[in-house]
Amino acid sequence: MKIELKRVSLAVAAAMMASSAFAAFAPAVVYDQAGKFDKSFNEAAYKGAEQFKKETGVAYRDAQISSDAQKEQVLRDMARKNMDPIVAVGFSYTQAVETVAKEFPKTRFVIIDSVAKGPNVKSILFKEQEGSFLVGMAAAMKSKTNTVGFIGGMDVPLIRAFACGYVQGVKYVNKDDKVIQNMTGTTPSAFNDPARGTELAKSQFDRGVDVVFAAAGGTGLGVLQSAKAAGKYSIGVDSNQNYLHPGSVLTSMVKRVDIAVHNTFMDAKNNTWKPGIEVLGLKENGIDWALDANNRPLITPDMEKRIKTARAAIISGKIKVVDYRANNSCPVQ
Amino acid sequence: MKFGQPSTLPRWAQLTILPALNIFAALLVTGLVTWLIGENPLECLKLLIHGAFGYGEGIGYTLFYTTDFIFTGLAVAAAFHAGLFNIGGEGQAYLAGLGITLTVFAFDKVLPFWVLMPLCLIAAMAFGAAWAYIPAWLQAKRGSHIVVTTIMFNFISYSLMLYLIGHQLIEPGSQNPTTREFGQNAWMPAMQDILAGIGIHIPNTPLNGSFFLALIACVAFYLVVWHSRWGYELRTVGTNEHAARYAGMNVTKIIVLAMCASGALAGLSAVNELLGSTHRMNVLFTNGIGFVGVAVALMGRNHPVGIFLSALLFGALTQGGLDLSFAKPMITREMVLLIEGLVILFCGGLENLFEPILAMFFKRGK
Repeated sequence: MKIELKRVSLAVAAAMMASSAFAAFAPAVVYDQAGKFDKSFNEAAYKGAEQFKKETGVAYRDAQISSDAQKEQVLRDMARKNMDPIVAVGFSYTQAVETVAKEFPKTRFVIIDSVAKGPNVKSILFKEQEGSFLVGMAAAMKSKTNTVGFIGGMDVPLIRAFACGYVQGVKYVNKDDKVIQNMTGTTPSAFNDPARGTELAKSQFDRGVDVVFAAAGGTGLGVLQSAKAAGKYSIGVDSNQNYLHPGSVLTSMVKRVDIAVHNTFMDAKNNTWKPGIEVLGLKENGIDWALDANNRPLITPDMEKRIKTARAAIISGKIKVVDYRANNSCPVQ
Repeated sequence: MKFGQPSTLPRWAQLTILPALNIFAALLVTGLVTWLIGENPLECLKLLIHGAFGYGEGIGYTLFYTTDFIFTGLAVAAAFHAGLFNIGGEGQAYLAGLGITLTVFAFDKVLPFWVLMPLCLIAAMAFGAAWAYIPAWLQAKRGSHIVVTTIMFNFISYSLMLYLIGHQLIEPGSQNPTTREFGQNAWMPAMQDILAGIGIHIPNTPLNGSFFLALIACVAFYLVVWHSRWGYELRTVGTNEHAARYAGMNVTKIIVLAMCASGALAGLSAVNELLGSTHRMNVLFTNGIGFVGVAVALMGRNHPVGIFLSALLFGALTQGGLDLSFAKPMITREMVLLIEGLVILFCGGLENLFEPILAMFFKRGK
């Protein structure tokens, strides 16, 4: 074992020297348990990396894992292969990034959706509450029943932040509007259960909901589908999902994980990469609401004007949207 | 065909040749799939074996996963000997995590390691056993089928624990659904630290003292099931409940005790995960180990030696498969899952595939 270890460390040392001599730029992405093709969050990161590859011709590596213990393994493996920077997608990587970043102080690490400490770590967060606020406004203005719905994925603080921003937006337009909230489940599969999404949406429609916001990854596809079938409106999430059911998807709360990954690769390539916390909101174009040809007929000029005014007010700080995660509580229900 | 039905094969052949044939068949099919997606099967097999056993860190991770699977495998076997099919190892281990976390939170500021660690072990076993007690009681008293109740209890545990971790035990100020880090006096010593104490240096892995605990559990399991009065009663109930009742055994009590022992064993896997590896409780840290335990017990023929070996196999597949997926981007984690699935299919579902042929061969030999 001892000899083996020596050999490994020699190999690592040799590889390190080689890398400093040739210094090929080789970024990497590691996805969380939901997997690379989750039609949502991880897939957005994948698209960002692909975009980077297309633009620069630089190849990248990626990997998926299936348990907590494997998170450190995958990061270490990438670091040993001299991948740099290494982007870890998802909050569940927090501790693993902190541990492995310490072991490889010369490698740059990036974590999305969480804060990890370390001088060689960059943490990218999103102000999901800001975008949710805007789509909440759209929902309230569109609703005729004064009852709107929210369907979340797994019941974690992140998804509560979506819900809380949404409710604030609804109440901003009409403070007596009712918001019916449901979470899909208690395991990560809650983000990939379209059938359950359909059911939850139907039950919300039965209770008078006529606009529903799905912040639930793949589960949301079922929500959108069922809104279309019932002649109601839905709101997509993460990617622009307006095109899925034109005329039924009112808008989408866009979270640009792809841009975050793409930009961090670019920064690293151009040597402008900096460690620390970066929070992307409306102002930084990390978060937005989607308005395109597909939903243009649904958004009246008055709606558009009010949302745009609110958007500017949030950016300038005139409207303060409370982040659920600040105190793990929401001021409105 | 019922499990445990007497076979015409000699026992040693049942325990060696048959599993080897089954694994070989599983590998053959896997190789075919690998070849179909355009990779070299032999090279992949080599990478898989090297990933699991070829270097210090790989071995450490393999044995770490093995530890989990030994506990959950023994858990399933304990119930199996009483004729019960406990698929609730997942939930029992999850609840054991709660027992550990509550104990650590209560005492890690005041108690030293030597007091705290046994307390944590007791808490893990007690919570695991308690979660198994309810389905056991329902089975013994009301005839509710244990397969149904234990699997439903898994879902109850997911919801309960998510609520507790996400809303009650969450580290203040944290955005992630996870508890605070445990005090160091509650950490199960890591294998690299234990071995460093006697001058052997190995790479850092999550492998920890729980591995020895798992080995002890194997021995204790053997002694209790085959060399104690209670073990005899357990096996009698499992073989023929009516005969056991007729012989004056308290079947209800034995069923409940068997399930509690099963839950306690499953609970110990939480010790390996929480006290040995993550040092905090994450949402769904069990990650399917309870279900792998079913396969491990089936393959290991409910015997500690068999369970150890099949746990090692699944540990190696988990670790080697991950390394393989790192090396070969074409081999995704779904492919690794496919390999595991095929092993389970051939060793569990189709375990009698080769038996008649082999039995014929043995008959002719005589």
